[in-house]
Amino acid sequence: MSGLSPGVFLVTSAVKVVAVFSVLMVAVAYTTLAERRVSAWIQDRMGPNRVGPFGLLQPIADGIKNFLKEETLPGTSTKLFFVLGPMLAIVPALVTFAVVPFAAPLPTPWGTVPMIVADVPIGILYIMALSSLGVYGIVLGGWASNNKYSFLGALRASAQMVSYEVALGLSLVTVLMLTGNVTLTQVVFEQQHLGLWFVLPLSLGFILFVISAFAETNRLPFDMPEAESELVTGYHTEYSSMKFSMFFIAEYAHVITQSALMATLFLGGWDIPFWHGDDAFYFQGQWIQGFDAAGTPVLATLAWWKTLLTLGAFVLKTSLFVLVYIWVRWTLPRFRYDQVMQLGWKIMLPTALAYLMLIAGTILVLDEISVPFGLTYGLILTVVSMIGTVVFTFWLDRDRVISGASPSARWPLPQSMPSVDVPQLSETDPSQAAVGAGGN
Amino acid sequence: MIDILFYVFAALALGGAMGVVAGRSPVASLLFMVLCLGSVAGIYVLLEAHFLAAVQVIVYAGAIMVLFLFVIMLLNLGHNYHPDLKAGLWSALSFAVAGALFGFLGRQLWGNRTMTPEAGDSVDALVAQYGAVGAIARPLYTEWVVPFEITGILLLVAIVGALVLAKQRV
Amino acid sequence: MVIDFSSNLDYVRALLPEIILCVWGMVVLMAGVWRGESSEEGPRAEGLGWLALVGVAFAAVANGWLHGVREVGTDGMIAVDGFRLFSNWIFLTAALLGMLVSFAYVYRQRLQAGEYYALMLFSVAGMMFMAGARNLIVVFLGLEVMSIAVYALSAFNRRDRRSAEAGLKYFILGAFSTGFFLYGIALTYGATGSTHLPTIALAVSNGTAHGALLLFGVALMGVGFAFKVSAVPFHMWAPDVYEGAPSPVTAFMSAGVKAAAFAAFFRVFLVSFQGAYESWYGVMWWLSATTMVGANLIALVQTNVKRMLAYSSIAHGGYLLVAITAANQASAGAALFYLLVYTVMNISAFAVVIAVSNHGEERLEFEDYAGLGRNQPGLALLLTLFLLSLAGFPGTGGFMAKFQLLLGAMDAQLWVLSVILVLSTVVSYAYYLRLAWYTWMRDPADGGSPLPVYLPIGMRLALVVGAAVVIWLGLFPGSVLDLARASAAGLGVAGPMVEILH
Repeated sequence: MSGLSPGVFLVTSAVKVVAVFSVLMVAVAYTTLAERRVSAWIQDRMGPNRVGPFGLLQPIADGIKNFLKEETLPGTSTKLFFVLGPMLAIVPALVTFAVVPFAAPLPTPWGTVPMIVADVPIGILYIMALSSLGVYGIVLGGWASNNKYSFLGALRASAQMVSYEVALGLSLVTVLMLTGNVTLTQVVFEQQHLGLWFVLPLSLGFILFVISAFAETNRLPFDMPEAESELVTGYHTEYSSMKFSMFFIAEYAHVITQSALMATLFLGGWDIPFWHGDDAFYFQGQWIQGFDAAGTPVLATLAWWKTLLTLGAFVLKTSLFVLVYIWVRWTLPRFRYDQVMQLGWKIMLPTALAYLMLIAGTILVLDEISVPFGLTYGLILTVVSMIGTVVFTFWLDRDRVISGASPSARWPLPQSMPSVDVPQLSETDPSQAAVGAGGN
Repeated sequence: MIDILFYVFAALALGGAMGVVAGRSPVASLLFMVLCLGSVAGIYVLLEAHFLAAVQVIVYAGAIMVLFLFVIMLLNLGHNYHPDLKAGLWSALSFAVAGALFGFLGRQLWGNRTMTPEAGDSVDALVAQYGAVGAIARPLYTEWVVPFEITGILLLVAIVGALVLAKQRV
Repeated sequence: MVIDFSSNLDYVRALLPEIILCVWGMVVLMAGVWRGESSEEGPRAEGLGWLALVGVAFAAVANGWLHGVREVGTDGMIAVDGFRLFSNWIFLTAALLGMLVSFAYVYRQRLQAGEYYALMLFSVAGMMFMAGARNLIVVFLGLEVMSIAVYALSAFNRRDRRSAEAGLKYFILGAFSTGFFLYGIALTYGATGSTHLPTIALAVSNGTAHGALLLFGVALMGVGFAFKVSAVPFHMWAPDVYEGAPSPVTAFMSAGVKAAAFAAFFRVFLVSFQGAYESWYGVMWWLSATTMVGANLIALVQTNVKRMLAYSSIAHGGYLLVAITAANQASAGAALFYLLVYTVMNISAFAVVIAVSNHGEERLEFEDYAGLGRNQPGLALLLTLFLLSLAGFPGTGGFMAKFQLLLGAMDAQLWVLSVILVLSTVVSYAYYLRLAWYTWMRDPADGGSPLPVYLPIGMRLALVVGAAVVIWLGLFPGSVLDLARASAAGLGVAGPMVEILH
């Protein structure tokens, strides 16, 4: 693939695998630190700052702690599946990254090495497949623990992931339609080619993807499966030491992978904006930068510093989304379970379907009147998409489909409500008490 | 290399299939089933049918089997199902029939093992021209569009039927 | 008007009746949702039924329009020939009558009208796909669309345990038989390299098909079809399902499902597997003989009317299997005619049963019919007419249809089978007339309390139409029979092939 000799291909692939894996693990460790520091910042605390300068060695200390802690195995658990659970959780989370391109190709004396671990021809579908396998670890872990809370957490997790996978997949389809293929390298190239990152022409798709990605990673406000105020910590209640750690690593690896995906699918991946010098795509046996007006390919000029710069851009974009993840977690309250399901099936799914039709129709019209794939094309789509986004936002903001926790929001109290200092908690009519509490 | 991988996947698929039947608990059977389906996906990859492999994993391993797991976990809590699995004359009979069919088909295929596949468009050429998805999407939306649309109707009917029967209020 | 399947757009025209039914099914579903959850408003629940009937009418117009259409060029997934169109008329008749007899039942039992009529429309679309399919995949998909809709309909009455039992039994055994059918398709594909019926026919007749694989494929598909047409010994599900399912559903499926299964059975076996006639001829012979004998004998001892009609329906399947065994032009035409007549008379007979059972599941025993002749002479007269037609009494449509079948069988020199057909018909007189005897000759056990019978407009319409058609086809079958014969001719059945054996 990519015109490398088999030997070079094997060696470079091995190097890439090791490098990506190590970087990912380190990134996971430091994301946990970032989470704690950012949360402290949001809550006006200090956060961990004792181990090393600015607490930078904290993740290492945590790792050692997790290794040294006692490994517990509940007596009533189903042993095999209890052990299998964390393993099944961590593997999909780690291998998903393999299809994400993280920089412009690197020219070497032995050929040009694409900066992606495996450019499989089914790119996005591979991600979908693996993310759908991620449920098993959580469900098995929760079930094998033989604990009510764990089991409830596991059931919630699987229901939630299955529900939101639909919306996630449908919002991805808009990207695929605009790209015309499913490989992530081509997704990046088409964004360079279009001159616009897909976040603009597919704005609503981006919003839907972000919401679904939050639900898929079981992060707040969708952390039903481990809702600590109701389920202790959900599916990993019974886990300790490294097995707990594996669930933890899986969650953060998921966060990073999803952030990288958002960056790749909607923010141009490793593309540096307003500069075409970094564009590169493997097309019919050669690396091209794009097409000239006549449609003939223009060869790309590659350089090691371009690879480094684009890698920087990619890391920057990914970190941005990781920060958003953390920010959201420490800002928003948790949904109720029925709200999660309502949002998934009654809002996300129909919206994604309608949006898919909208984008497909627009693309069809644009192709029929032969608008060339370029800036104009993207801008027309942007306008259409923005209209969709505005409509969606206004529609969602009606407090009807997702009802508030108190009935007062849906049925406003009369103005002349007698003020009651202590709500009357009568046994016969609890709803009255709730209304009173909500009214105050 | 490809040959070795094929035998590995084939062995895993067969082992998984046997595990489904022999598994002690339903959950174990289900995981063996996932293994079996995953191995079949692996074989698809070896055949350059990447799209099929991905769909196999997404649909079967990722969606259907998760629902099965759901059902097993919800229904099988504390229920001893072993008395339900009656052995005896019937199972012997079914084994005999299945064995006979297997033997017959095996003999037929063994007799034709030198049969060369019919010439058709090579998968590689199609993938090169249309991409991994286009190679399968094209016939699906042109030649096979009628069955494809009927499948849509079928799913709609199944959903309506399931909802009617599962609705809580009657 | 010309249809050329090299353009995909022409599929829209060729499939117009099916498309109309599917779209209308969705319209009815939406209308049902908008109507709200409560089923208290009776007239509006009936309104949904009339709405569904409008869809059937549109589909009928489209089907009539297709008669003037000619197919050119390459074969498509769907055949546009007389056989399909005539079969479609049968299914539309079943839909019309089935819906008319449902109105009051759905209202009284407070079923969810929107879903009920929508599922009926979808199942009719599935039947049409089956009858028109020129590809095994389409046959299978049509079979599934039809079956799944009917499974749900069988279990539709959620307040009735027997309905749930019927749905579950039907579903499990139906899924089982689908497995056979699908495996048969797979093996046939393996043997011939195609799922396209004309291609299979070619491969089978010129001997390029892989013999043993083909044999297995044919056998397994035969088993699948035998389940669907409930031929003895694959009939075990039928009586329980017919008894437990809501009566209008029983009426609809005992006619529609059977007709669709036979239509596909004919097309697959008489067109595709024509060349392998010697290998399946014997099996079909025995299947038909055991079905006729077995079902009629068991029907003799039934005391429940729905069960009796279930066994009668199985027996009629046996008569139709004779046509498949004969596998000639005359039989194919006769079978189409028979299916039409059977659909009308069977649903009409059920209509009387539904009326007597007070649009519910009461008064279903033979005993309950005692005194009906005195209290409701009109209804009793109609019941007698339909029973006589089912039995094959001269002057009724049933007689004409059976006579045509007999001619076809004699044409193919199936002497023994013809004798069995006649003898089992004679046996069948016993149980049909027993019910008529209860109706006219017996006094009710509790001393003659009158049977309150409620006959709403839909039911009246169904009964009148049924009676008119049964008498009309019994006395003047000419035009319809000619149409059936001409339709079957389009199937391209080569003619009697028993010569191969003799």
